[in-house]
Amino acid sequence: MIKNLFTTKPNIRSLKLYVSIGLIFLFFSFLDVFLNSLFDINLTFFFSDFISFFLPLTLGYIGFYSIRIEQTGNIFLDTINKKINSTSFNSVLTLLSFFAIIKYSPPLLSWLVFDANISGSTKEDCTGDGACWVFIKVWFKRFMYGMYPNAEQWRINTAFLILFTSIGSVYFVPEKYKNYLISFSILGFPLIAFLLIYFLISGGSFGLEWVETGAWGGLSLTFIVSFFALIFCFPIGIFLALGRRSSLPVIKYSSIGFIEFWRGVPLITVLFMSAVMFPMFLPDGTYMDKLVRAIIAITLFESAYMAEVVRGGLQALPRGQYDAAKSLGLGYWRMNLLIILPQALKLVIPGIANTFLALIKDTPLIFVVGLLEIAGMIGLAKTNPKWLGMATEGYVFAGAVFWVICFSLSRYSQNLEKKLSTER
Amino acid sequence: MFFKKNKSYLSQIITILLIVSIFGFFTFNAQVNMDNRGIDFGFSFLSQEASFDIQFSLIEYSGSDSYFRAYLVGLLNTLLVSVIGIFFCTIIGVIVGIARLSPNYIVEKIATFWVEFFRNIPLLLQLFFWYYAALRALPLPIDAINFNDISYLSVKGWYVPEFIWTNSSIFYSSIIAGVVSIFFIYRFAKKQREDAGKQIPALSLSLLAIITLPSIAFLVGGVSLSFDYPVLTQMSKTIYNFKGGVSIPPELMALALALSLYTSTFIAENVRAGIMGVGKGQKEAAASIGLTTSQVLKLVVLPQALRIIIPPTTNQYLNLTKNSSLAAAIAYPDLVLVFAGTAMMQTGRAIEIVSITMLTYLTISLLISGLMNWYNKKVAIKEK
Amino acid sequence: MLEPNFNLTILTQYFDRSKYLNNKKGYIKMIKSLKKFSFFLVSVALLIGLQSEAFAAKKSKTLKKTIKQDFVKCGVSQGLPGFSNADAAGNWTGVDVDVCRAVAAAVLGDSGKVKFTPLSAKERFTALISGEIDILSRNTTWTLSRDADIGLTFVGVNFYDGQGFMVRKNSGIKSVNQFKNGISACTNIGTTTELNMRDFFNSKGISYEPVAFEKADEVVAAYDSGRCDTYTTDKSGLAAQRTKMKNPDEHIVLPETISKEPLGPVVRQGDSTWEDIVRWSLNVMIEAEEYGITSANADSMTTSDNPQIKRLVGAEGELGAALGVPNDWSLNIIKQVGNYGESYKRNIADTGILPDRGPNQLWTKGGILYVAPAR
Repeated sequence: MIKNLFTTKPNIRSLKLYVSIGLIFLFFSFLDVFLNSLFDINLTFFFSDFISFFLPLTLGYIGFYSIRIEQTGNIFLDTINKKINSTSFNSVLTLLSFFAIIKYSPPLLSWLVFDANISGSTKEDCTGDGACWVFIKVWFKRFMYGMYPNAEQWRINTAFLILFTSIGSVYFVPEKYKNYLISFSILGFPLIAFLLIYFLISGGSFGLEWVETGAWGGLSLTFIVSFFALIFCFPIGIFLALGRRSSLPVIKYSSIGFIEFWRGVPLITVLFMSAVMFPMFLPDGTYMDKLVRAIIAITLFESAYMAEVVRGGLQALPRGQYDAAKSLGLGYWRMNLLIILPQALKLVIPGIANTFLALIKDTPLIFVVGLLEIAGMIGLAKTNPKWLGMATEGYVFAGAVFWVICFSLSRYSQNLEKKLSTER
Repeated sequence: MFFKKNKSYLSQIITILLIVSIFGFFTFNAQVNMDNRGIDFGFSFLSQEASFDIQFSLIEYSGSDSYFRAYLVGLLNTLLVSVIGIFFCTIIGVIVGIARLSPNYIVEKIATFWVEFFRNIPLLLQLFFWYYAALRALPLPIDAINFNDISYLSVKGWYVPEFIWTNSSIFYSSIIAGVVSIFFIYRFAKKQREDAGKQIPALSLSLLAIITLPSIAFLVGGVSLSFDYPVLTQMSKTIYNFKGGVSIPPELMALALALSLYTSTFIAENVRAGIMGVGKGQKEAAASIGLTTSQVLKLVVLPQALRIIIPPTTNQYLNLTKNSSLAAAIAYPDLVLVFAGTAMMQTGRAIEIVSITMLTYLTISLLISGLMNWYNKKVAIKEK
Repeated sequence: MLEPNFNLTILTQYFDRSKYLNNKKGYIKMIKSLKKFSFFLVSVALLIGLQSEAFAAKKSKTLKKTIKQDFVKCGVSQGLPGFSNADAAGNWTGVDVDVCRAVAAAVLGDSGKVKFTPLSAKERFTALISGEIDILSRNTTWTLSRDADIGLTFVGVNFYDGQGFMVRKNSGIKSVNQFKNGISACTNIGTTTELNMRDFFNSKGISYEPVAFEKADEVVAAYDSGRCDTYTTDKSGLAAQRTKMKNPDEHIVLPETISKEPLGPVVRQGDSTWEDIVRWSLNVMIEAEEYGITSANADSMTTSDNPQIKRLVGAEGELGAALGVPNDWSLNIIKQVGNYGESYKRNIADTGILPDRGPNQLWTKGGILYVAPAR
């Protein structure tokens, strides 16, 4: 019978036997890795190093081999077999992945959570071996708002609330005005955004204290720059895309030149240009604020990418739309605003979301012009004499914040894409 | 109406006037500003002595060389880190992309996690993490991580043995001969396949060629290789360093790591889209005419998948090259840091230097895009 | 007559040959009036331009702007104890800060009317050239290329310094002659330090690895973590940064000085009145110490016997008018900021950074501070 065991393939007739053998082997292999990683106990110390290194793998391989029985009728077993045990190669991959997870996640978790310190207010309160989240807690307001005065932070919150409600209200526009949506988004949003920045966040009039742009920072600056750059680059991108598809050679080639220029240079050189060259190009004595220069640079840069995205949408529209619009006697601008653009933009909403995502991921580069958004604030905090050596915690925190934002945005755009594609 | 007929001319003229006036306005202001400050515009500074040293350079460079040579050093460093990044991100990207299509549940989930994790964190943050958190935590040279006494990893860099060639030119020409022969082998194999339907094992033949020809050069041509191992030397009571060997600075490592990991996610998505884009019918039809799995992959799936994969992947390579300019955030001497950073700060010629830098990147982009367009035209399926 | 007779229909008629020939006279009339109008525009523009040219020679644009906005825009470092450092409440102190305060006291009468902009080594000159700041007081070394080539003017030296090296005490290195091949040195990018470092190591024939960062804090962190074996910058900067390190006692500054670093304030080229104001504000501070005038006794010095003292406290002479500032400008400087010795003591000596004044002492007491007399 033992001879049979080793020569016959696992089959459904001796199901219980093979499954129990398999489970025993798997149990031992996982136990070995488990004990090794969590408690540093080496079960197979009596073997040489080389054998005990590969022992869990071999045991696990044998275990998976014996439970690889097709169509047993047992749902649990069948799912496992289909998903992670379909061939020997797959079983080896599964084993390796599990072992890697078991070996590397306990130290990671203990650094992140179990040994970490979160209570206290100075660096001395970080007594454990793990992450010192006290650092994040103490600097949290700075990471979010930069050097903005604590008492005025409600202004930033209000500004974003207003912005979000105005974007959200787009959904609730009555049917009669839906046609003017495009024109509103091209002209209205930039105006609202500009007023918000100038009067609410910057202040200086209506009794609000003036806060200089050098003090803006943190995550709120990231949002300010990305939102306002997106809102301003949207109309410019649309104009460039229309210009590139125009039949007038001057407009077409200048649009192409503009787009290819901004797409060919890295954002960091564009920001250098805004910090160093823009002042030379302005009339003597005028001084344009740092943040304004940076937003202009980012806007021009992203508008080239936005133009390509919109152009994709324009190209995807069937010619029939253009012909029908012309046959109705609509002029160039009315045709575009009322018929072409609404459809084209709906097609490329995922692309626009992607551009916005890229914009958010590009904002940390404004440290080049001396503005400190969240990555810059962390750089400032980590070199503070009282908090030296906290670089890892800072960057893990910033990474987590960005990850949450970008992941939700990309999921949202994927859902949007699915929803819009089924509509067709 | 008469006006409408010539509207096209009017709008074009207005556009030209607008562009010319904007440029004119900027140039006039720049002129006035420069006159007021006493700065002049010119490229003669490129031949002036740089008088600063660069930490890492592929060609001979010292502070007494001109700014132009510093520019070349920066450019070569940029290309170096881009090539390294492209190499690694392609390998990782292809593996992760294929893993995302694996029927194995665990493997697919891990690959998805990889893509989502590295794609949604900004590249600058990843770079900062690798450089300031991870690589700064490496030990001092005296406690360096030891790889069999051949290479050492410490906070000052990764020290590897230096390859010292004698008669290296013969070796290089043998490699070139190998590459040329591979080209001919493939052409021959293709011809045989098309004319006579015979399959020649072109891959094995090329591997054979690339191995035997340099080996012959080694054995007979008088080429020899010796190694210069890094050795721990004491420079003072507590300062140790490695003499000999080549040191790879941690700046380069951090940049290459961050770029590869970040771009590999996009490549993985492209690979996945490419393989999924080959219709299922293709694989089934190929199987039905009796091709083996590897033949199906090589002759049917891969050529079609490559057509979908290559254009966006080339775009990603371009993005990687442009992203390598982030070296300005850490102390890696690439084009932006050396030229638009140090050189600009020392000479003050902001306009000239930033223009040259932007032009360089623009040229690289346009070259690669042009190549890709040519490739696209070549492999485009000629539709009726 | 001057109004342009611009008619769009006539202009567009030009493009249609038949209509143009019909109305040739109207077209020619329109072109003539256009020409006249453009001549008028150009002459008006020239007049205005010439006027402003004349005005500029009299009164400095920067001075006018400063008076109008009621504060002085001062560019400082991002936190260098002793020179320009902000405390938790946002108050700036330091010898560089005091130079800007002196200018504010001179021009606006209140040394508190200054807005400080922290700048890295990279952005300092562009901030000044672009107009973001009007004075750069950021321990900047006065060199020929900076003075002549990039549109700036150095107006004086408020700290005579030299470049040095810092190493860990336990490294056993006691002098720069003990540096060996392959040493790695951290410094700030785009500074004279980078260039001097090269000259020094070349002259000694030592091969070295330069690691240059943009922010001073990054440089210190790199040196602290062991990435570099030594940290080099001006000796005053070394002393100041040492107070910010984790364990200041673990580090020493090597005794040798490898270069001359005269640090002083910088202004834009082309505005000579503003240059003079900054230059003489600094000179007054130094000369006040020479004559023993302090912030405490400045008022009582108005009745002194020494005519130069009386001039320095504004009791005699019309020096202020020559600069375009009120006549109590020097009195305000001395009373509100103090003389050079008080500023040095308060910021650098008493904080333990550099108790010994070294060359930054009056020429009458063995140092090299010798300024032109304010008369």
